[in-house]
Amino acid sequence: MAEPYKFELVSPERLLVSESVESIVIPATEGEMTVMANHSPVMTTIKPGIVTIKTASGKEDRYVVYGGFADILPDACTLLAESATHIDALNKADIMARVERARADVGSAPDDHARTRAEEFLHHLSALSDAV
Amino acid sequence: MASLKELRNRRDSVKATQKITKAMQMVAAAKLRRAQEAAEAARPYSQRMATVLANITQAVSDGSEAPALMTGTGKDDVHLLVVATADRGLAGAFNSQIARFAREHIRKLLAQGKTVKIFTVGKKGNDILRREFSSLIVERLELREVKQIGFSNAEQISRRVIEMFNAGEFDVCTLFYSEFKSVISQVPTAQQLIPASAPVVDASATSENGALYEYEPGPEEILNDLIPRNLTVQIFRALLENVAGEMGAKMSAMDNATRNAGDMINRLNISYNRQRQAQITKELIEIISGAEAL
Repeated sequence: MAEPYKFELVSPERLLVSESVESIVIPATEGEMTVMANHSPVMTTIKPGIVTIKTASGKEDRYVVYGGFADILPDACTLLAESATHIDALNKADIMARVERARADVGSAPDDHARTRAEEFLHHLSALSDAV
Repeated sequence: MASLKELRNRRDSVKATQKITKAMQMVAAAKLRRAQEAAEAARPYSQRMATVLANITQAVSDGSEAPALMTGTGKDDVHLLVVATADRGLAGAFNSQIARFAREHIRKLLAQGKTVKIFTVGKKGNDILRREFSSLIVERLELREVKQIGFSNAEQISRRVIEMFNAGEFDVCTLFYSEFKSVISQVPTAQQLIPASAPVVDASATSENGALYEYEPGPEEILNDLIPRNLTVQIFRALLENVAGEMGAKMSAMDNATRNAGDMINRLNISYNRQRQAQITKELIEIISGAEAL
């Protein structure tokens, strides 16, 4: 039984989750990572994807996040998501709208660097929309 | 002297007005509660953001170059002022307070020979500033259709601001909004957005592990991603404060209006009753003196 630690999922509009968890899976930009207690301090950006939370009581919960940051400390983990929804409240049309917007961004990117980033974002987003 | 009928009509119309202002006050009170809740719900995010930002600037500050949004262009010639007001009136001095504050600032900048560009958010501010500085307004946005201010609204603004910054259209960006102190007090405030002032976080808030952080990808990349996001958060917070302030100001304005209408009704009632009594007395005198004459 893994040691529980504190996890918070915050979006600009509200605090979505704040509880004691066993492990969480974060879609970090450099690949998915599972965070458990006593993880070394890491700060990472996240890509659009699914966060899987396993609470201390053994319950599993999933949220869809669209980009943001994770601030990981040995005894706590804070996920600052640009926007997040519970997987049950997910709206297919909403994702499609985001994909459309990302596509438009790729078209209007001013330079190569921005275009690569926009393309990456679009790619993650489409992968996500296929997954759900 | 107004006739009895006129007085009665007048009293009825003031009563109708009072009903409206009373209803508006209650609506504003309900909306104020919601706005305050929204502002409260948004607080954890901005706090965390400030902590993360403080940690990371600490890590980056040793030598490597910071993103342009933070350092600015190195010049101080063209100022962009984002003036956020409400879209609706009937909120006491709320909108004119912000506009006046912005106007003083604009005059000062113009007197110093700077170029000023204005980005108005909200209809009322645009209406007021247009009178004097219509040639300086480069961008306007109305949030009239928006029921509940969302993060996407703030994003829309910050996107535009960053676009303009990248195109080299200004050097310094300042945001004007009204800070919500309490229901009866909203203080117009100016906040510099670009170059971003390094967040002031007391040492206890920054984690001692700051130096040991691993960054994925590198700290610069994260900072590059974080600064625009922080800009959006600042704007979002300002918009939320504005909504709460607007509702507070509207509530107290409507409360005053309701009270004034009540006073007016009382006065009209008294003069109505007096006049009616005078008329009755007059009629009595006429009857009595008529009877005596017989």
